[in-house]
Amino acid sequence: MTTTEIPGSPDFEIDPRALTPLADQRLDIELQSEDMVLNIGPQHPATHGTLRVVVRLDGERVVSADPVIGYMHRGYEKLTEYRTYPQVTTLINRIDWLSSFANEVPFIHAAERIMGVEAPPRAEWIRTALTELSRIATFILFLGEMGLQVGAITPAFYGFRDREHVLNLIEAVTGGRFHPNFNRIGGIKDDLPAGWINETRRVMGLMLESCDQFEDLVAGNEIFQARTRGCGIIPADVGAAYGVSGSNLRASGVDWDLRRDGQPYLAYRELDWKVFTHPDGDTFARYWVRLQETREAIRMVLQILDGLPAGPVMAKVPRIIKVPAGEAWVNTENPLGEMGYYVISKGATGPFRVKIRTASFSNVSILPWLLKGVYVPDVVTILAGLYFILGDIDR
Amino acid sequence: MGLIESGLLQKKPLKPVSWLLNYSRKYSLWTFQWGLACCAIEMGAALAGPRYDVMRLGVIPFPASPRQADLVVVSGTVTDKMAPSVLRLYEQMPDPKYVISMGSCANCGGPYWDSYSVTKGIDQIIPVDVYVPGCPPRPEALMEAIVILQQRIQNEGVGNDELRQRWRGEHILVD
Ligand code: SF4
Repeated sequence: MTTTEIPGSPDFEIDPRALTPLADQRLDIELQSEDMVLNIGPQHPATHGTLRVVVRLDGERVVSADPVIGYMHRGYEKLTEYRTYPQVTTLINRIDWLSSFANEVPFIHAAERIMGVEAPPRAEWIRTALTELSRIATFILFLGEMGLQVGAITPAFYGFRDREHVLNLIEAVTGGRFHPNFNRIGGIKDDLPAGWINETRRVMGLMLESCDQFEDLVAGNEIFQARTRGCGIIPADVGAAYGVSGSNLRASGVDWDLRRDGQPYLAYRELDWKVFTHPDGDTFARYWVRLQETREAIRMVLQILDGLPAGPVMAKVPRIIKVPAGEAWVNTENPLGEMGYYVISKGATGPFRVKIRTASFSNVSILPWLLKGVYVPDVVTILAGLYFILGDIDR
Repeated sequence: MGLIESGLLQKKPLKPVSWLLNYSRKYSLWTFQWGLACCAIEMGAALAGPRYDVMRLGVIPFPASPRQADLVVVSGTVTDKMAPSVLRLYEQMPDPKYVISMGSCANCGGPYWDSYSVTKGIDQIIPVDVYVPGCPPRPEALMEAIVILQQRIQNEGVGNDELRQRWRGEHILVD
């Protein structure tokens, strides 16, 4: 809180929105209404973990909001200095725990780039499939849970139900439901199990149906639209200035997707897919964009199943991995937004320093701006619509 | 339990009475979900997901506040910043109360055993009944923990003194 926001301090500025018409002021003198401070969190279902938002309320309206982060700070960047490269993948799985597989990819790519190793094409394609599967799992949960946050509990159950199918697929390949730790420097641990491709085709059919269902049940619902349209609007320039990325930014009309526009990675350049944007920038737009991106991810997985190249899944690398001295910055499009790793190696078995850029951290930094002047019930809608993961904020 | 406070159960109750009381207690476990990190998602899948449907075990996972809860599932990493809130929440729960510690992080710090900001084990701050190991444990493991806890509740004494003695008991480890 800056001094301009503390009442009583010499340079306190009244928020223009808090200035009321004359009649209200006279009433105020009689009632002497004071700001109320409300703590949302640290344990609140809408915060997906332990984010605490301190809001100052004037009646039902938010005067100021301060996200208090750090409840989930686990010290990843320090821990990576004590771990070897294969051990680091175990850790960074757990940063964004809904799409763990997607977390591993940029780090492994950075290490591979310093070493000058390239994974065989089959490994890259399988990585792409698993990344998109974790994107589907993440978004399906969001599509369901968003209903819960505006007061409809049924879609949340559908979200959990349909997500299990995708988790089964990931588990069949990697052995872990959502902490796979499957990437190795130079490839992936194993090839696909027998029968996986056909099973995936079937499940992708189910997921398409589930997307249609969410479109009817939630996005097409009048009450849902009334709650989310025009709620929490992020203009494109403000969003970009705060570093908002991923679907949140595309929902503000910015046509920017690292899978297409960033450094080439995985097999995205060889697939046929589209980037969706929405001009509105409100919570509904964010819901709509994620819905379309789920469909697009399903289409991508189907294409990968058809075009999967043959060959080995592991390049030739030494048994004990020593990465030569060097630096690399790799950023990728995670389900939540842009995730990047800056890896500095000094030639040891572990990295010297890893800087992690996570999407949610920048996405929630817009909250003080976004929550000013909205009503209390909308706070929960906006929080849920931004869709952040606490491990991704605090690391 | 109001019966105890009212003094009706000051003496050691008859066996059928304590059986009945325990039986009803174990099948109406109001569970507060204290989800903190990755494990919270598995807990959500176990407690709210239709595939695992924990309500058939007599667990009600939606109390509005810890003041209505009998059981708290601490799932995920407890950081030093979070630890005071965990303790405060635990103290708000009415007796008799039970704790399940879910995931390596809550048990002992897990992958962050040498981190500067993580509390290595919530048993440093609150007593734990059942430990569920795993990173993350599967939802089935959490359900097994609940079943084991229910067996423990069934065998508990109900008299005033016995409830007070409860923490002398052994911890349980699901394996
Ligand atoms: S035990 Fe593992 S899955 Fe659970 S919270 Fe800790 S790191 Fe996450």
